[in-house]
Amino acid sequence: MFKKNRIVFVAWSMVLLASAFVLIFSYIPMIQAFFLSLQTGKGANLSFNGLANYKRMIGDDTFWTTIGNTLFYSVVQIPIMLLLSLILAVTLNDPRLKGRGIYRTCIFLPCVTSLVSYSILFKNIFAVDGFVNNLLIKINIIDAPIAFVLEAGWAKVVIIIALIWRYTGYYMIFYLSALQNIEGSIYEAARLDGCNAIQSFTKVTVPLLKPIVFLTSVMALNSTLQLFDEVVNLTGGGPGNSTRTISEYIYDLSFNFVPSYGYAAAVSYAVFFIVAIITIIQKGVLKER
Amino acid sequence: MRKLGYLLRHTLLIIISFVSIFPFLWMIISITNDSKDITMGKLSFGHALIENIQKAFTMADLGKSFMNSLELAVIITITSIVICSLAGYAFVVFPSKGKEILFMVLIASMMVPFAARIIPMFRMFSQLKLLNSYLCIILPAIGAPFLIFFFKQNTHAFPFETIQAARVDGCKEYQIFFRIFMPMMKSTYAAAAIFSFMASWNNYMWPLIALQSNDKFTLPLTVANLASGFNPDYGVIMVGIIVSTLPTILVFFLLQKQFVEGILGSVK
Repeated sequence: MFKKNRIVFVAWSMVLLASAFVLIFSYIPMIQAFFLSLQTGKGANLSFNGLANYKRMIGDDTFWTTIGNTLFYSVVQIPIMLLLSLILAVTLNDPRLKGRGIYRTCIFLPCVTSLVSYSILFKNIFAVDGFVNNLLIKINIIDAPIAFVLEAGWAKVVIIIALIWRYTGYYMIFYLSALQNIEGSIYEAARLDGCNAIQSFTKVTVPLLKPIVFLTSVMALNSTLQLFDEVVNLTGGGPGNSTRTISEYIYDLSFNFVPSYGYAAAVSYAVFFIVAIITIIQKGVLKER
Repeated sequence: MRKLGYLLRHTLLIIISFVSIFPFLWMIISITNDSKDITMGKLSFGHALIENIQKAFTMADLGKSFMNSLELAVIITITSIVICSLAGYAFVVFPSKGKEILFMVLIASMMVPFAARIIPMFRMFSQLKLLNSYLCIILPAIGAPFLIFFFKQNTHAFPFETIQAARVDGCKEYQIFFRIFMPMMKSTYAAAAIFSFMASWNNYMWPLIALQSNDKFTLPLTVANLASGFNPDYGVIMVGIIVSTLPTILVFFLLQKQFVEGILGSVK
């Protein structure tokens, strides 16, 4: 009996430290943020004011613009990127393909860049007198340089291109590993049943990849909804608020403008609920198919 | 038809591969050019390499930022993988209802957006007078739910008989973990270390908030600062970009297998 208690004690002691760190730096701040979101005031002078912050949010144009931008990035970038990484993974999964190791390494390489660094690199490549403009002028696609980073529509496009460049290889690795777990005999059976290449892709590969598609889309959504580093360093949220994301807005509200912690906390809770709701919807949609 | 498919596939892969590595070629070429040539998109090597490097290490103190980033990444990697692997191990070796619930709670915290935590964290550290110190970067990074999850998944592959045999030989539970589990799971630790190192090396938002003096800045902060000025010197910036990319590229090529494993850890 004594020995058993000792083991129980040892076992709990092993999980204690890690749990304490997660609790202190994840759950406690999250709960505090909720109470903060019910308070108004400037800087450290805060007092409880019910749902005032949430009401303010409804009438706040910047809030809706940044929500819109963040959703826009997600809706455009994620499907393109995931489809591209799936196509690349299927192409690279063929063991007879020559040079697949080299291709895979090249396509994966962008993932090792630091987020701040590649954002600045893209800003430089897409500058008004930068490489892309020079190239497009040289091959006669455009006559005058485009102010990619300075024009609302183009700035969004550049951010999306940058995100796709950085993360396609990352998600491709997930699909590749999932594809390698599909047994060759399944394809053989499909072929004997008269499936052609496209049919065996849509009828065999896609259904078997469903769990990984769900996982990768949740991961991608989670990271794009929290987009910060890239936008801050590529466009700084400008011109105006046209590329600003919700994370950047929370940062501005707390640390750049006159700090209004309560309101910023309310906005961050809005993000939390959006992430939760979208995840639930996504799960439902994928289950139905 | 077959030939065409073959050609199409290789064309696709060559184009995508080229686009993927072009920015790397761009930084290698650009580091040898001066700021004016870089902004004009010059695609050939120049003569400004030495000058750029000199400026970067005197004007911007890139060396100091590099050492800061390295120091933080090493401390965070070591502490977080030891503490998280211990927890992941215990969740598998000593299963119980209570621990199962605790594990779910820990994992659920991965869904909390970081932005929802920064303000209370900022206030917490400012009350403790720890802002602008490395403790406020290190402490929140130690308990990483992903790492706990990763080690739990991988512990399932650890032979339970080894633990039984060690117990019969009179090993204490902590001895089994440190002397047997850790050395046997080298490859898992390497993957986790890479994951942890990358996360710390790239960390931007929280250090941006928590660190205030230039001598404490990490590489992403210094590089971002260089680029945000009114008249940025792109030659110097390119040095910063290369210096912050080099270590991760190096780790990637040396430990490619573990690197990919670290990324895939969550799927197995």
